[in-house]
Amino acid sequence: MKASAFSYARPTSVSKAVELLVAHGERAKVLAGGQSLLPAMNLRLLAPEWIVDIGGLSELRGISVGDGRITIGALTRHADLLRSVEVAAHAPLLGKATGHIAHPAIRNRGTIGGSLAHADPASELPACMVALDATVIACGPAGERRIPATEFFTGTYETALSAAELLVAVELPAASKNSAHFFDELARRHGDYAIVGLAAQAVVENDRLNELRAVFFGVSDRPQPAKASASLIKTTVTPASLSQALEALSEELDPPEDQQANGAMRRHLAKILLARCVSELLDRPELGAGGRP
Amino acid sequence: MTSPAKTSGPLSTLDRPNSYIGRVVPRPNLDRLMQGRGLYVSDLELPRMAHVVFVRSPHAHAKIVAVDGSAAKQMPGVIAVVTGEELASVITPWVGVLSHLKGLKSAPQRAIAIGRVCWQGEAVAAVVATNRAAAEDAAEIVSVGYQELEAVTDMRTALDSATPIIHSSLGDNLAFERTLDAGAVDAAFADADEIVEAEFVFGRHTGVTLEPRAVVADWNAAETRLTIYQGTQAPHMVQNIAALHLGLEESQVRVVCKDVGGSFGIKVHIYADEMATYALSKLLRRPIKFVADRIESFNTDIHARDHRCKGRIGVTRDGTITAFEIDDLTGIGPYSMYPRTSAIEANQVVNLVGGPYKTKNYRARARVVFQNKNVMCQYRAVGHPIACSVTEGLVDHAAARIGMDPFEIRRRNLIADDAYPCASASGLRFELLSHHAALNKLMAMMNYDALRTEQAAVRDRNIHRGIGIASFIEVTNPSAAFYGVGGAKISSQDGVAVRLDAQGSVVCQTSITEQGQGSESLTAQIVGSVLGVSMSRVRVFLGDTDQTPYGGGTWASRGAGIGGEAALQAAKILRRNILDVAAAILQSSPAELDIANNAVVNTGDGAPRIELRELARIVYFRPDTLPPGIQPELMATRHFVPREYPFAFTNGVQASWLEVDTDTGFVKLLKHWVVEDCGTLINPQLVDEQIRGGVVQGLGAALFEKCVYDERGQLTNANMADYLVPMSGEMPDIDVGHVVSPTVESELGAKGAGEAGTAGAAAAVANAVNDAIRPFGAVITEIPLTPQLILAALKRI
Amino acid sequence: MTAPLSITLHVNGERVEAQVLPRLNLADFLREHLKLTGTHVGCEHGVCGACTVRVDGEIVRSCLTLAVQTHGGFVETIEGLSDSGEIVDLQEAFRQRNALQCGFCTPGMLIAAQDLLKHEREPDRAQIREHLSGNYCRCTGYQAIVDAVEETARVRRERKP
Repeated sequence: MKASAFSYARPTSVSKAVELLVAHGERAKVLAGGQSLLPAMNLRLLAPEWIVDIGGLSELRGISVGDGRITIGALTRHADLLRSVEVAAHAPLLGKATGHIAHPAIRNRGTIGGSLAHADPASELPACMVALDATVIACGPAGERRIPATEFFTGTYETALSAAELLVAVELPAASKNSAHFFDELARRHGDYAIVGLAAQAVVENDRLNELRAVFFGVSDRPQPAKASASLIKTTVTPASLSQALEALSEELDPPEDQQANGAMRRHLAKILLARCVSELLDRPELGAGGRP
Repeated sequence: MTSPAKTSGPLSTLDRPNSYIGRVVPRPNLDRLMQGRGLYVSDLELPRMAHVVFVRSPHAHAKIVAVDGSAAKQMPGVIAVVTGEELASVITPWVGVLSHLKGLKSAPQRAIAIGRVCWQGEAVAAVVATNRAAAEDAAEIVSVGYQELEAVTDMRTALDSATPIIHSSLGDNLAFERTLDAGAVDAAFADADEIVEAEFVFGRHTGVTLEPRAVVADWNAAETRLTIYQGTQAPHMVQNIAALHLGLEESQVRVVCKDVGGSFGIKVHIYADEMATYALSKLLRRPIKFVADRIESFNTDIHARDHRCKGRIGVTRDGTITAFEIDDLTGIGPYSMYPRTSAIEANQVVNLVGGPYKTKNYRARARVVFQNKNVMCQYRAVGHPIACSVTEGLVDHAAARIGMDPFEIRRRNLIADDAYPCASASGLRFELLSHHAALNKLMAMMNYDALRTEQAAVRDRNIHRGIGIASFIEVTNPSAAFYGVGGAKISSQDGVAVRLDAQGSVVCQTSITEQGQGSESLTAQIVGSVLGVSMSRVRVFLGDTDQTPYGGGTWASRGAGIGGEAALQAAKILRRNILDVAAAILQSSPAELDIANNAVVNTGDGAPRIELRELARIVYFRPDTLPPGIQPELMATRHFVPREYPFAFTNGVQASWLEVDTDTGFVKLLKHWVVEDCGTLINPQLVDEQIRGGVVQGLGAALFEKCVYDERGQLTNANMADYLVPMSGEMPDIDVGHVVSPTVESELGAKGAGEAGTAGAAAAVANAVNDAIRPFGAVITEIPLTPQLILAALKRI
Repeated sequence: MTAPLSITLHVNGERVEAQVLPRLNLADFLREHLKLTGTHVGCEHGVCGACTVRVDGEIVRSCLTLAVQTHGGFVETIEGLSDSGEIVDLQEAFRQRNALQCGFCTPGMLIAAQDLLKHEREPDRAQIREHLSGNYCRCTGYQAIVDAVEETARVRRERKP
């Protein structure tokens, strides 16, 4: 399949990029790494009239740390996240998750901005952003806008960005002392989209979860925080209390059905992942034994 | 008896000094493939070549009300928009039936549909343009009016009276039915202490060759000759069929195969869109290139193995299998594929179930029904995976039922190694197999007892590992019994022409073809060995109907056994001819001379007498110096066809060792073993690699691959993200061992090996998964074994 | 609107100037404009890896890269890596081990394997399998490829301990 014809622009500044988006609106698509956009275009699932290639905007690259925050430019590639000393030190959950994204050749092009703006419910980084309580920074005709990750993802391939806004960076709190993380996803093959995945950021003190932000992906049309995990915070977790939380989780989820799994299976896998998450964070292997009766 | 090959007489053909036969040597001419300098059809460019894109039906079954290409014709780069009606003046329809498959019926199929489409993806118009992108742009605006018809999409109800009949002229949707009743089945079941029944369900799947189907058809109007560049496995077959349907003489068609990016049977069939491409070239009088994109490949490459097979086995408490019975149903597409038919797979299933075992009591019924889905036909190991999965699944269940070890039940029931020649219950004649030797070798290779101990130990830690084994027989080296007897113009013989050229190099032309399995190498190894020349001096040409002997090509694992034997015999004649000339030049006798290391030598002391290069110089340029009356002949051609046995059966056994995560349903393949007996091994490495590749295709079938159709006949996973093929991260290492039982039908003694891996791999995996989950009271007889299927069987969801 | 654009880039060390439509992907540019047909097209949606090349030293899917995105860049294909001798030992290991059959996946596989070997001196088999997990091969079943990569790593370590 060959992509349909389109007009092409490669703006040399963010403001010029925004001008183009204002001018063309829904008829334009932003090209960053292209690893989600170009397959869709090659398959003619998408045929935008305009492509705005932001690849030349070097101001959107780079990772910086300061004031207890880590700021990641939108054009930072997955490969860069994996190699980044700053990410490893201050947001290790992100590094761990990124290793699961597709394959090396894809990671050399795909960007964090692209991944977040694309908002595939089965992808890793949106869930990580919610688990890390990140803030998405967008630039539009009205200037800069800061959008909490918890409000950013609004549906399958839908975000809070308007057609005229460009995602320029994400900001995360740097990991604190005693912070811990968990990441796992269940996919049929290395690099496949997850059937279900879990990204969790926590603070563990004295064998208790003082904080836990456990966010599922692949169970809904957007990252889904596990409300049921609240009952596991600031208390001694027992097999019974974990079991109850898993049941509550199951009630909370209404996962879609597709060729990989039906709703019941996704619910089940989510329970397995949450059990494994708690077990690993608390270093209590007996809790991870599958939530088996 | 099975042993290393030994034919009688001193210095027999296979015992030549410096023989390459049985040696691992690297394949010649790999550099061009590794440097990206191969020539695949998709790489080919010819002057004035245009590209064709097919407008394809989005509906599984619909009347074509109108096709309007007028807007498309105006698009930039568009040369023509052609409908089925227009193409019908250039190419005639075909029917995929063969007379030896009694009762097989099918309807005529056209290169481009006229009046009605019968599967989602069938072509309804062709757009020809100067480049593919332009053709796709134009194809998008070809306006086709459809009137949707009810689609037949469930094989289980295809024969119900309420289900529409796809081809009213045929009377029903039954393409083919075969029954078999051998021995005394009812009495045998009455005698059994236990009867196990199960329905085995197989996911329809497809080949997913990495290079999609590609054709360049070049009609030269001045020469009135059509040259077809195609990655086909059977160029002479394509030549014959293209000529027949385009109204040409065979000599007006040339088929050329250069590098082929994978085939596995996918590229051995006749496809409507490829026939359309030949016809378009003739119609438009210029080269036309068709390269299926990946979506088209999923929708139109042949599918295979869509079966639901009910199986029954009777067993006595002491482990004797008393009978097998099957009732197999398979849903093909709306047409039986041409020319090999879509009944062969089911026919094989009937032939092969129970094949390794002694019992003579076997009853079978197989029905092949039409559906409004993609066409289905032979794909690597045709029918064997079904037959093996059913047979070996039943045997394992029977073993579990009576509390017997799976190796033990096989020991008690596999045909004895000294029972040959004999026949299966279904009438297949076996020359010489080695089921027990193979089984024993497997058990040692995998250290079975240690695995059982390990399995038991880790169960305590809630880790569930399983061992599954699968014995199988494999059809190779088919005679005319496969296709020829039914009227197909598919040759079951092959030929090799070999000559010594003027500088002492050896040129071989062979009618077998190469898709990467090593046809070129095995030919060179054999010729080099028999002639006594280094392989580096041997050049092999194949894949060109203008330049090779007439033959069948490479399919059904016949290249080594049949093409190899032809090479051996031709080389023997050339060797004799060379020695005749050498004797004349040296004033000796042929009996006192041999050829070794590129020179004629004394048989006695091995001393070189004359280099082949020098002998050739004399023959070609200085025949005036030869003794009077001598007419040297430095070229020889021999053909070979199996005459005694309809098929050269091989046998083998496979084992899978895996782990089932009972929380997630995910399966981790830990290791796989194969013991294969394919007779003489020409190049053990190439054989082992064929087996490995075949195994992984079977592993894909076991765990991942399935063409998912919805009830409206839409293929819903026609891309590589949703149709899951095995990738390196999930595949195990595979150990391969051999037993060697040569066939005496040929001097070479080689049987085929290309499909054995695929025949038994899924059966071994299924048995291993069931072994792992047996403590939970769960049994699964469906593949692919997805996590959801496993979790449901475990009642976790 | 959709007019061709001028691009200048280096391909296998050679300076190339071309006029391309924005829609043209790098794989098609290499194959059809430059006649470098060693880069293969297997799926056009980034899953099979047959189209893997190097851009600015890093492996990418050329079917998911627009030619215009490589303006000013350095592209290396299998032909270039072969001619420079960079992977001659890897190719020899492939030959000896028969780590290719039909050869269609091989260019992409070699480039991906070389990428691993550049970053990892002593990859274990699991690492090799993981790095190549995005390159589809239907012929070999992967084991011979893993063997060949493992062997090349060993040979390179021996050459430069």
